[in-house]
Amino acid sequence: MSRVRFVQGNEACTLGALYAGMDFFAGYPITPSSEIAEMLSGELPPRGHTFLQMEDEIASLCAVIGGSLTGRKAMTATSGPGFSLMQEALGYAVMAEIPLVIVNVMRGGPSTGLPTQVSQGDVNQARWGIHGDHAVIALTAGSHQALFESTVRAFNLAETFRTPVILLYDELIAHMRERVEIPEDGEIPLVDRLRTSVPRDVDYRPYLPREDGRLPMSDFGGDHRYNVTGLYHDMWGFPSTDPEVVRGLLSHLVDKIEGKEDELTFTREYETDDAETLLISYGSAARSARQAVFDARERGIRMGLLELETLWPFPARKVRDAVAAATDTVVVEMNLGQVYQQVLRAVRHRERVFLSNRIDGRLITPADIRKVLRIISGVGVWA
Amino acid sequence: MKTRDYLRTRFFPHLWCAGCGHGTVLNALLRAVDHLGLPKEDIVMVTGIGCSARMAGYVDFHTMHTLHGRALAFATGIKMSRPELQLLVPMGDGDALAIGGNHFIHAARRNIDMTAIIMNNRIYGMTGGQFSPLSGEGTAATTAPWRSIDPAFDAMELARSAGASFAARSTTFHVRELEKILIAAMEHKGFSVVEIFSQCPTYYGRKNQAGDAPKMLEAFRDGTAKLGSKALEDDPQLIPRGVFIDRDAPEYGASYAELCKKAAAESSPERRYGKEVPRC
Repeated sequence: MSRVRFVQGNEACTLGALYAGMDFFAGYPITPSSEIAEMLSGELPPRGHTFLQMEDEIASLCAVIGGSLTGRKAMTATSGPGFSLMQEALGYAVMAEIPLVIVNVMRGGPSTGLPTQVSQGDVNQARWGIHGDHAVIALTAGSHQALFESTVRAFNLAETFRTPVILLYDELIAHMRERVEIPEDGEIPLVDRLRTSVPRDVDYRPYLPREDGRLPMSDFGGDHRYNVTGLYHDMWGFPSTDPEVVRGLLSHLVDKIEGKEDELTFTREYETDDAETLLISYGSAARSARQAVFDARERGIRMGLLELETLWPFPARKVRDAVAAATDTVVVEMNLGQVYQQVLRAVRHRERVFLSNRIDGRLITPADIRKVLRIISGVGVWA
Repeated sequence: MKTRDYLRTRFFPHLWCAGCGHGTVLNALLRAVDHLGLPKEDIVMVTGIGCSARMAGYVDFHTMHTLHGRALAFATGIKMSRPELQLLVPMGDGDALAIGGNHFIHAARRNIDMTAIIMNNRIYGMTGGQFSPLSGEGTAATTAPWRSIDPAFDAMELARSAGASFAARSTTFHVRELEKILIAAMEHKGFSVVEIFSQCPTYYGRKNQAGDAPKMLEAFRDGTAKLGSKALEDDPQLIPRGVFIDRDAPEYGASYAELCKKAAAESSPERRYGKEVPRC
């Protein structure tokens, strides 16, 4: 029998993480993500798993990296200011190829901003918050059920691709309560990292990718003694400035993600088959967009929604195909157009792509979206 | 085993300057490990960034070269996941007590079982000789052309107030004493701090007319005295060496294991989060 629960988004995320087998958490309190740490402080110790409240977000992600490297499924959870502090260690995790999950519950920014209000302003930070060229995976969700699934997916992708995965969702999803149906064990397949078959006392090369680009790991502190560093490194994990090594490592780090768009990009479609007007949205904004679509359909207007559940790598191909089939496209989001800019980059006819947004800490509504549609269609807004 | 057997000699030559004290620290550390008979596979070394941090590359343990100042935070994650491992965390003075100051005091406060080694050369060497929070007033540095006005931390006092259960100081001149202190620190259950005065003739020495490496070592000999010694009593200007703190205190990992037991006994699925509701 399925377990049906009525929970906050932060609880849905936590339940997803536990379902995925997460057994190591380190974090620091911050609104609007604190419920995750609170729940896990009650859930992990009885299981004999690790819960740490660290001195700040920097230390939290560092501890998570240490935990993951020793073989644990590890995560942290934070919000904008904490995510800013985590960028240094996030870069390390990218470079050293450490699987882990970072939950960033988006609130209004910059700086302390709007701690208790909704925003989707961290989309670009997730992609470009750290210095240097790199690639990342960032997922999102627009309902609690989807958030549960995205959380499990985040762990699966982290373990598959040996990389940090950022789970971005907004304050509204975090704090709203909604029904979640927890799948039976095994209903969603779980992925564990590849572990090396190289026996003890045989030369193990932790950073020598297989032909498919994957790197089998050896639990740190276990059978193999090796070096891990944030410097450019050779196949043994030793620092190198050899141009071949540097170019090879950077292209490996980028290709293993950017080259896997089809495996990594998840979307949902509503009424898109014959849609003349296409909405593109994600997170809580997509809920309003979906309502706008249903309202329009009732009035005989052919409108559809492409909801994104992967933000990075950007689902450019799926967006391009969907936009090409429509006459007009409206991107619906709660920032100054961070996904809108990506849509413009992806499509051929930029002049038919518009932005409907809110940046005032309030949820965008179907009425807000309709106003933009009226302007596009030339009817105008009366009030 | 010979000291050499603990080294990854294929990655030599090391990058430390001629006359640097860090090699002496490494030597004393490996002799201490050998004395304790610790197998290489049981030792994890986590370092930050700087001259000191390169030590991780040279030793044949499980090694992690991390971020500036953050080594103790990484080490905390490793230790909490694998409590049976012996954690060694060598850091520079700026690494440990400037950018890493927050992690240092909190690791000490938790009393988590690891050995923090502060290789104090009173300067940022790798970046070219800038003053550190252990340089002290009057130190010349590449960012203090008129000499530093910044007062210095006393690492031992800091460790004491933060809650470390073992803290000791020695120098690269006193190698036998240093080895004994490192042995005691590694044997100690809890957070142990060993501050080691290590000479940097390249930057500190040159900028402060402190002479070459032998001259700087002589200054360690002449400028320090054992805790409780008559020399120290007679001349309070001397810097004390020896074991400052050695006390029993609950170790974090052990306390956490106890907490898990208690939680497992008291927690039931009904108490867990997310109330089940009837299917609708």
